[in-house]
Amino acid sequence: MSFPHRHLLGIEPLEPQDIQAILDTADGLKEILDRPIKKVPALRGKTVVNLFYEASTRTRSSFEIAERVLSADSLSIATAASSVTKGETLLDTAKNLEAMNPDMVIMRHSSSGAPHFLARHCRFSVVNAGDGAHEHPTQALLDALTMRQRKGRLKGLRVAIVGDILHSRVARSNLLLLSKMGASVVLAGPPTLIPPGIERLASVTWRIDEAVEGADVVMMLRIQLERMSGGFFPTTREYHRHFGLTEERVRQAKKDVLIMHPGPMNRGVEIASEVADGPYSVILDQVTNGVAVRMAVLYLILGGTGEAPS
Amino acid sequence: MSRLLLKGGRVIDPAQGLDQALDVLIAEGTIEEVSPRVQPRGAPVLDVKGLVVCPGFIDLHAHLREPGREDKETIATGTRAAAAGGFTAVCAMPNTEPVNDTAGITRAIVEKARAEGAVRVYPIGAITRGQKGEELAEYGDLKEAGCVALSDDGRPVASARIMRRALEYAKAFDLALIDHCEEPTLAEKACMNEGPVSTHLGLRGQPAAGEAIVVERDVLLAELTGGRVHVAHLSAAASVDAVRRGKARGVRVTAEATPHHLLLSDEAVRETGYDTNTKMNPPLRSEADRLAVLAGLRDGTIDCIATDHAPHTVDDKKVEYDQAANGIVGLETAVALCLDRLVGHGLVELAHLVALLSTNPARVLGLPGGTLAPGSPADLTVLDLAKKRQVDAARFESRSRNTPFDGWILKGWPAITIVGGRVAWKEAR
Repeated sequence: MSFPHRHLLGIEPLEPQDIQAILDTADGLKEILDRPIKKVPALRGKTVVNLFYEASTRTRSSFEIAERVLSADSLSIATAASSVTKGETLLDTAKNLEAMNPDMVIMRHSSSGAPHFLARHCRFSVVNAGDGAHEHPTQALLDALTMRQRKGRLKGLRVAIVGDILHSRVARSNLLLLSKMGASVVLAGPPTLIPPGIERLASVTWRIDEAVEGADVVMMLRIQLERMSGGFFPTTREYHRHFGLTEERVRQAKKDVLIMHPGPMNRGVEIASEVADGPYSVILDQVTNGVAVRMAVLYLILGGTGEAPS
Repeated sequence: MSRLLLKGGRVIDPAQGLDQALDVLIAEGTIEEVSPRVQPRGAPVLDVKGLVVCPGFIDLHAHLREPGREDKETIATGTRAAAAGGFTAVCAMPNTEPVNDTAGITRAIVEKARAEGAVRVYPIGAITRGQKGEELAEYGDLKEAGCVALSDDGRPVASARIMRRALEYAKAFDLALIDHCEEPTLAEKACMNEGPVSTHLGLRGQPAAGEAIVVERDVLLAELTGGRVHVAHLSAAASVDAVRRGKARGVRVTAEATPHHLLLSDEAVRETGYDTNTKMNPPLRSEADRLAVLAGLRDGTIDCIATDHAPHTVDDKKVEYDQAANGIVGLETAVALCLDRLVGHGLVELAHLVALLSTNPARVLGLPGGTLAPGSPADLTVLDLAKKRQVDAARFESRSRNTPFDGWILKGWPAITIVGGRVAWKEAR
């Protein structure tokens, strides 16, 4: 399978066939996770560094498991315990890592564009594990894998993405991916959390009911509670009443709707517990698929010369 | 007696309505005679055949960083950059460390410039002490020490009450207020213009309305008080509109625009892949804003082109986009950019460009120069319209290299810069 990229900086630079390649590879690799001995030698001798400048549970452990299953040598740098706290710049940290010759650095950073900066100045491959409010490509890929597994396709699906679109890198990457793959996306949220110009890329509504109606997939985004003090919405109570996903609202969607959430959830705010834990929820499937997609990304970028997993 | 004859050039002096082949005789630091075929009478002759001779260009808006940030720029290097860029005078913004808010600091700048400056330096004093926006600085003392205007540039004067009092009080000393127009609550943590591009890149944006709100306020306050306000680095369509309406009502308002806001839009942030040399404040705006600023320049709403020369070290720029310092250097690229992209592309007449860079800046702040009328200071900028050269940041006279224009090939460059009758800089031929 050919994959013509050294980095995964975002969904934006990918062609539909690249996305297809990652999803197909992930589908093939997922089976390894069900084996009694979950390890293949595909990336033996490759060194991967997980450089996380923001807190992360799901994404980081998912990358770490993917690396181990593929037999890469990996280490994770928690920035609180590193020289970053001594005032070292991102570039100096990266250059020092480069001097140890890793094959890949997987980075999460609060500054949009930080992985691009790294890719421009360093030799190793860079995978973006979330940059500011810009992109989170592996999240969009695992979401797409989940949809494709359940629906058999992406093309023609109606996907509602609901919540804080303004600050969400998950929304941006999903919007880009789903548009490239021929799904139709409707964005919903309070007007304060809808960024300017986004209406050029998707249809936008302030009414969650309009977005959910007839949807094949409803993807809820996390609402950060500090947005209240920023004046984006008055209270979590009102947010839940007008923009939260309740059982009643789920009924307006298609009968076989998928309910998704990238986590971590605020139960009772953007999503009611009955919905999160209900029959349509595929939230934990997303997490499992996260490992498979990250295995695929690692394999496609680093595995060119290694042994193919069978 | 020091004399110099510039022979065979095309003289453009908008103040006198001149655009013709004339010789210029300089004596004792002033213009003595401008007429066809002046005899040297023993004066050394500078052959300027094929070149354009203009009154010296004046930059109303530069950050020379001295005192305090000599790692970014000094008066010596900043004025050498000015000379190499065709400027005979620069106005030095007061956001130094310490802030130029007292006569003692102004005098130190004036003395340093006299000793080490390659061109004239006109200090601008702070509007408020420490540029904190709270208490007025001592305008009378600042003026006596050499300040030619007042500004809290880098920061807006957030309080309408303080801006009102500043406009009123400054009238006593006939000083204009140069305002960095920005509503701070709409610009918190922003690192670019707000719009589709900031949405796309996931960067925090500030809306153009945040500038225009303050421009509108300042125009109204200038009208209320009869004070003089000059809008710094105007970047938004709605700001152009506010200035245009203010001028039509006879309000004492003037405005400047920078070459980067005239030539680049926020698309540059995307096209360069988060290059921090596209980060400045005000940010590069939308294409519609850019075109409106250009229209305002062409119809006379905008009086001047100023550089907002903002030198920064590599360390301040080679970081994550939202962490990077705001601003770019401009003194060594401004004139060539305007000659190529404005005059060369037929958007602005050459004589109008000379007015924007010389006549008008002198008029706006009441500075000496801006004309070649006999008796004026012998400050001249000589242009070579045929010269084609690539911008090479590595060869800048400035101590800093932060420019988005590195590598641009431009036609039309400054050739000779004369300050007080002496050649301050000459293009190596």
